[in-house]
Amino acid sequence: MPQRLWRISVTLLTVGLACGLFALSAHAQVTFERLLNSAKEPQNWLTYSGDYSGRRFSELDQINVANARSLTAKWVYQTGATGKLETTPLIVDGILYATGQDDRAFALDARTGRPIWLYQHQLPGDIRPCCGRVNRGLAILGDKVFLGTLDAHVIALDAKTGNVIWDVVAADYQKGYSFTVAPLAVKNLVVIGVSGGEYGVRGFIDAYDAATGERKWRFYTVPGPGEPGHETWEGDSWKIGGAPAWNTGTYDASTNQIFWPTGNPSPSNRGEGRAGDNLYSNSLLALNADTGKMNWYFQFTKHDEHDWDATQVPVIVDSGGKHLIAQANRNGFFYVIDRATGKLVSANAYGKITWSDTKDSEGRPVANKEGSPTLEGRTVCPGALGTTNFMAPTYDPQTKLFYVTARDQCDIFSTAPQPYEAGHAYYGSAYFPSEEAEPYRGFLKAIDPATGEIKWKFEHTSPTWSGVLSTAGGLVFTGDAEGNFIAMDAASGKVLWHFQMGGAVYAAPIAFAVDGKEYVAITAGSGVYAFGLP
Amino acid sequence: MANDPKAAKAGEYEFRINCALCHGLGAHGGGRGPDLTRAQKKHAHSDAEMFQVISNGIPGTAMPANGTNGQGVGMTDEEIWQIIAYIRSMEVKAPAKPVGNGVRGKELFYGDANCSLCHMVEGKGERMGPELTAVGGSRTREAIIDSVRNPSRRLAWGLTEATKEFPQEYESVRVVTADGKEIKGVALNEDNFSVQMMDQNERIYLLEKDKLRSFQKSRESMMPKYNADVLSDKDLEDIVAYLISVGAK
Repeated sequence: MPQRLWRISVTLLTVGLACGLFALSAHAQVTFERLLNSAKEPQNWLTYSGDYSGRRFSELDQINVANARSLTAKWVYQTGATGKLETTPLIVDGILYATGQDDRAFALDARTGRPIWLYQHQLPGDIRPCCGRVNRGLAILGDKVFLGTLDAHVIALDAKTGNVIWDVVAADYQKGYSFTVAPLAVKNLVVIGVSGGEYGVRGFIDAYDAATGERKWRFYTVPGPGEPGHETWEGDSWKIGGAPAWNTGTYDASTNQIFWPTGNPSPSNRGEGRAGDNLYSNSLLALNADTGKMNWYFQFTKHDEHDWDATQVPVIVDSGGKHLIAQANRNGFFYVIDRATGKLVSANAYGKITWSDTKDSEGRPVANKEGSPTLEGRTVCPGALGTTNFMAPTYDPQTKLFYVTARDQCDIFSTAPQPYEAGHAYYGSAYFPSEEAEPYRGFLKAIDPATGEIKWKFEHTSPTWSGVLSTAGGLVFTGDAEGNFIAMDAASGKVLWHFQMGGAVYAAPIAFAVDGKEYVAITAGSGVYAFGLP
Repeated sequence: MANDPKAAKAGEYEFRINCALCHGLGAHGGGRGPDLTRAQKKHAHSDAEMFQVISNGIPGTAMPANGTNGQGVGMTDEEIWQIIAYIRSMEVKAPAKPVGNGVRGKELFYGDANCSLCHMVEGKGERMGPELTAVGGSRTREAIIDSVRNPSRRLAWGLTEATKEFPQEYESVRVVTADGKEIKGVALNEDNFSVQMMDQNERIYLLEKDKLRSFQKSRESMMPKYNADVLSDKDLEDIVAYLISVGAK
């Protein structure tokens, strides 16, 4: 381990000496090769999940099980805006790039938190965000960072200045289309998935030429007439079928496939009028990166009536010579899938579920008949928020465990007919917390992907929306709803350190290094917080 | 728009999505939010006032500003007006006469029923249980009665999660400190590493969990269960009438 650290320090020292200090002009271009080989530069955090695999694992080990108790706050940056911060920052050669509420983007000196530039997108007054004026982060490629906005623009900013290089409109925000996702840069493309499952959009995943903003391909997640899967929609329901794609996917260079998850069919809690499986809602899609053509799909929840978007990060895991992809799904099952074929390897419940008691011949959980929402309401677990949600999980190749934020909560699902009106909320439903005296419970769970077994769990005081980071230092980091940032022993879940940040956590942590010093960072309340050793 | 049936129908859909979580299906109120079918409302009388309340929320209460409650997607101005039309269509024009006698209820509250030994109303009473000045305006009669008859069935309603600042549910807590002292009381605030609690003498303790010998929480309420043989239906109705009269102020 010390050897690895020494190497990082020398690399940084060399760059530092060459430039005198970290002048902005020292920026190297972030090429596709650098993104592919991000493991070679663990001091940086180049994509939403840290690398293309979605593991959210850092090779840095300067902060470790032995010294985590002495972690201390290094700096705080306040965005000055209200609302949730869901962003994962990027780190490139000492500069932090992140987004904030209302589609602002900013660059900071990662050593001090001092701002370098700020971009504020001018949003119209009548945008239709579903769940807060949030954004989950940027992608970087070349000398540009890429932002998707709540009025459905895709924007390229100059990484040095925050100046707009190009700005294209992907869809009509007045019909409920928006972007909240951190895009994924692959080859020369910026890949991005749309939000709007609450408005009866027709979901899609787009790829834009990073240099020009020209759209290179679009994959509609609801097939049109004549396309395979179209028959899984009743009548014209496909036109407003939802299946948004609002969380960042992953990429496998060896097969040139993008893995991107999709969300609920619309209306989310009413199946009447859209009889059928409703492909490709609540699915994992394997798309050819160059063309956007689909190689395979796996649908987690057929004909969903409980808002169980499958938009959790699909994590690429190689285990025992098998090429797998794992997802802790909002419906309460932990799925392991063969990456080449899309065939299910295993599905095991990792939280409280009542919707499925049986599995089909391929091992897929099958919905119980009595789970559909009714006018009076019916209690189903998990509730509408799911066993997990958008909070990013992590896979630690050292412990070989998958860590995910989980919640036990049941809801009463009620449904009523609702006509579709463009740009208006389209749920066909309401849901209520179950009347049971039992409180909601929140956990961090460590799952063995090989068996589905939960190796350990940490119960929070209340459910959290924080994601999770694992590091080569033997640590996992997460946050809680009461504002704590927490370091645990990845092997056991033992709390080693915590810090009260004064605001709830809605984002996932990262690790990076500058000047040979490792930091961990996370957002809470309206601030970005960085921690390191004294 | 207030008397437009079409707008009211559209408002019903919006209400289910955005409001029903707290105010109940049919606007009849829930544990968290007042019964909006009452003609007399506490925070808004005119349509314009109602628009303000829905748009901006009510500071200091669980009522969030439009689009910030994490439930539903936020509403356009047009949709807010549709909701107002719906609420107006659901209002019961003649307010129901309270079943009980509020004057007698006040005497019971501060006297034989012993409510004020743990609860405060308008600055008078004690602190172990929730302050009840506003409860008659924000809870339905049925919810208040259920809280008295079955206090453990549902503890005090915390705020909805996205707006959670102080999710006080008055859970029962028992701790043993490092030096062996046992403290029983209610939780005032808690996170993964600390707990603030009040004991039966209304003494407040600010405790770090890792310094305690033991820490146990229970959802068995500290409030005794008031069965009909302890508190008659008539006495309870009188107390509810008192709370509703205070809550309407």
